Formats: sequence, C-alpha cells, structure tokens
Amino acid sequence: MRRLAPLAALLAGDARADRVVPPSGFTAQLTRFTAGAMAFLTVFALALSLAAGRLADHWDEALARTATVRLSAAEGQMAAQTEAILEVLRTTPGVAAARAITDEEQRALLEPWFGPDLPVDTLPLPRLIEVTETEAGMDAEALRFRLAGEAPGAVLDDHSRWRRPLIEAAGRLRLLGWLAIGLIGAAMAAMIALSAHAALAANARVIAVLRLVGARDAFIARAFVRRFTRRALEGAAAGMALGMLAVALLPRADAAAGVLAGLGFRGTDWLVPLLLPPISAAVALAATRITAMRVLKGIT
Amino acid sequence: MIELEDVSHSYCGAQLLSGISLRLQPGSFHFLTGPSGAGKTTLLKLCYAELRPTRGRVRLFGAELAGMDRDAVARTRRRIGVVHQDCQFLDHLPLAENVSLPLLVAGRDVAAEAENLRELLAWVGLQAQTDALPPQLSGGERQRAALARAVIMDPDVILADEPTGNVDWEMSLRILQLLVELNRMGKAILVATHDLNLIRAAKAQVAARVLRIKEQQLQQAGAEL
Ligand SMILES: Nc1ncnc2c1ncn2[C@@H]1O[C@H](COP(=O)(O)OP(=O)(O)OP(=O)(O)O)[C@@H](O)[C@H]1O
Ligand SMILES: [Mg+2]
Repeated sequence: MRRLAPLAALLAGDARADRVVPPSGFTAQLTRFTAGAMAFLTVFALALSLAAGRLADHWDEALARTATVRLSAAEGQMAAQTEAILEVLRTTPGVAAARAITDEEQRALLEPWFGPDLPVDTLPLPRLIEVTETEAGMDAEALRFRLAGEAPGAVLDDHSRWRRPLIEAAGRLRLLGWLAIGLIGAAMAAMIALSAHAALAANARVIAVLRLVGARDAFIARAFVRRFTRRALEGAAAGMALGMLAVALLPRADAAAGVLAGLGFRGTDWLVPLLLPPISAAVALAATRITAMRVLKGIT
Repeated sequence: MIELEDVSHSYCGAQLLSGISLRLQPGSFHFLTGPSGAGKTTLLKLCYAELRPTRGRVRLFGAELAGMDRDAVARTRRRIGVVHQDCQFLDHLPLAENVSLPLLVAGRDVAAEAENLRELLAWVGLQAQTDALPPQLSGGERQRAALARAVIMDPDVILADEPTGNVDWEMSLRILQLLVELNRMGKAILVATHDLNLIRAAKAQVAARVLRIKEQQLQQAGAEL
C-alpha cells in the first residue's frame, strides 16, 4: 500500500505541469484501447489458469486416496472371489475401507452410456470394489502380489496411472495461462514504450524549450509518465470490467465437460482481476519512465 | 559568474570560434557584435551550456561545466536569464504561462508568484496580452515576452541574443531601456546584436564594453563607436 502512495500522487497530478506538453488527441485513445484489450485478454487467461489450478487440485484430492479392484471371474466364482478380495483388503495395512459396488450402482454408472434398460445381471460385467486408502496410503505392489494369490482374476487400479498425466496436463495448462499473462504484460509494456517514444519524438521542440528554461529530465519525464499511466489505468479498468462481465456471462456447461465447465471465477477469485488496472498502471509507469529518461539523455 | 577560458568550438569539424576568453562580472554590460554567421549565438550557447566547447574551459558560478551532470546543468540554467534569438516559446500555452514557465519547471509555487508575474508583464508592457498565444503576438511583443521570461527567476546574468532583431527603432529603444534598468539593478548583461545604433544609444547611458567576433577570435571594439 505504501508503494502505491506515490502512484496515487502521480495520478492526481499537477494540472499546470501537465499542460507543458500539448494534448495528443486520438493517439491517447489508442493507448487506452491497447491497455483495455490487454486487460480483457488477461481476464480470460486468469480464468483459464485459475480453473486449471482448481481442476488439478480437485483430481489430486478426489482421486489421491482411492483405488479400484476389478474382478473378472466365471459366474459361479464371482461371489467367493469377491469375498476373498474383501478379506485381503481388510488385512492390508493402509486400506481404510473397501466396498463392493452394488448392481444398482453399476447400472447407474453405465446408464449414461447404455440407457436405463441395461440387463446388468445378464452381462458378463466385472465386479468393482472401491478401496479408500488411509492418510499414509498403501503399498500397491504388495497388494497386487497378494491379490494374485487369492483371486487370480482381480486387477488393482490405483488410479495413479491415469491420474498423473491428467494432473500434469492441468498443471501445464495453468502454466500456459500464467505464461500468456506474462506475455500480455510484456506486450503492453512494449506498446506503451513505443507510443511514449513516439510522443517524445513528436514533442522534441517542447522538450528542448523546457530544458532551456531549466527543467530537469525528471520533470519532463513526469509529464509523459502521468499521461500514459492514467491512460493505461483507464483502459485497463474498462477492459477488466468487460472481461469480467464476459466471464460471468459464460454459459454453464455441466461438470462432466471438464476444464471448459470450470472456466470462470469462484468466490474470492473474482478479486484477482481487480489487480489488473493498478498493475497495468505500474507497467505503463515503468515503461514510460524508462523510455523517457533514455530519450531525454540525447537532448541538450 | 560566467567565465570562458581559451574556449574553441567547431561544428562537425568546422572551426567557428577559437581561443576565446570572456568573464562576465556582476554589474557588467557587454555587447557582442560581428557579421552574421560569425558565431555570436554559438558563443551565447556556450555561456548557458546549451553547447559544450570542443576545447577550453567554461566555468558557471564557480563550477566547471565539464564536471556537471544534466541536473546540475538544469539548475545552473535557472540562474541565467536567456532571451533566445528565436524566442523559444511553447506555442500551445498562453503568454503568461510561457513567461512563468521557468518557475514551474523549477518547482516553485506559480500561483504564489501571480502578483510578481503581473508586475513583470506590466513592466514589459504586455499586461493586455497575457492570454494570447505566442503565434498571435507581434515581433516586438514576443521579444519583450522573452525578456520577461528571462528575468522571472531573478537571475544574476542575462544573455540576450538579438533582442531587437525584428522590431522598429522605437521598440528597440524600449527594450534597451529594460536591459539598462536590469543592469542598474546589478545584473550582468550580455547582448548580441549587429545594430550599431543600439550600441551607441546604450553607451550614452551605461559603461558598456563592446566585443566583436572576427576571424574566430574575440576582440575588443569601441574606438569607432
Ligand atoms: N548546430 C549547428 N550545426 C552546424 N553548424 C551550425 C550549427 N549552429 C550554427 N552553425 C553554423 O555556425 C555558424 C555561426 O552560427 P551562429 O548562429 O553562431 O551565428 P551568429 O553570429 O549568431 O549569426 P546571426 O547574426 O545570423 O545570428 C553559422 O555558419 C552556422 O551555419
Ligand atoms: Mg545568432
């Protein structure tokens, strides 16, 4: 907060000192537009990053401590082997609970794919046993070895095989989101620097006069910095507002749609885009100041 | 206050001034003459550090120009009032704001000096033109406005480059009068001009020394004036 105080003072500005550089007309709108467009895009990149992060956490948490045992056996063997497996699981360290999925549950799981009239009992479906691990977790290899002895048709799936790439993908997506935000920020800094450079060149005579009457570089730079900072702030505020509105109006797909369904902000996430205008202003301030001080060095 | 010691200057290798020594003392009045293109403006620019000499030393208020950074140069310029040959105004600002510009860039409270500004504009006879933009002013008005801006910081030295360049004789005398008044207040004055009548008129009122640039050198003139 203390670091923002000089920024606020700078923006409040000094009308008299601002007037020494003539107003620049429509190019001012271009700076605002650029900052606005960048903020708009950043809102989406943010939504993507936050959603990907949420998804990775969700998969990690929901699947981290569960595993499934899948049993395929001849019709008569099924019940006995299921019982044997449950017995093994009961005595396995690291297993908190184990439960065979009922026919009704199995039907419910398959219904979305095969419709409600699926004759579950006549189909040679494997029996699924849901395993919940303790905090410490279990030794999957040891369990596999024991299961091979007790129930040859049983396959242990501890989810890590397909969970890991999913979490990795979500992590990568989040990283890409942040990378995009970084690139957008850098592109904005570059564009502001370019327009500041153009403004300084267009006002070369004004700058020369100011130097002749005793202005320090910092005074001249401030006149430009104030303008560009204010324009970036205004543009970014508008872009942010539109971006947030657009995210809020995204159609809600249902949960099964994955990342796209999660795209958006939840709860305190909505506060994150509010940082965009001050950050844009800070980027504009730095870009303009560095450009101005550099250009001014070349003028007597 | 302003000292040039064995100063030479060349533009892109073309020698214009060589071996020039000059000291401006408080209360002195100098004229600088010479044909057009002799280097009068160049010499003035060396005096207020718009140019740095290619050889020799420039000392401003006791400090070596060679050792000054950009901020020090800016602060030093606030102590030297300059009437530029082409006035150097900001064309988008009204006259009053142009005249008070040195106060603004020096960080002084311009509003607090409003009374001063009004008196100064009355002194140069421009109280009616305070809101006019520089391009709307006549040549003589611009010259007087430039003089007002040169003195608003109450400098010890005033350098005027052709301050009567494009005005009639009557207006020239009026501007000269203002410069003489400033000199009587103890300020060092250096006026570049090729108007010999102006120099004669001045010599009737103040003990002015006349310098001339001839063949890159600075000479004492006067006998013929
Ligand atoms: N920035 C520059 N680069 C190159 N040459 C220059 C530059 N400024 C001035 N000159 C040259 O230096 C010479 C002296 O110029 P200066 O302006 O000092 O003359 P002056 O004595 O003031 O002339 P005038 O009486 O016409 O004002 C001229 O020939 C001019 O063309
Ligand atoms: Mg000249």
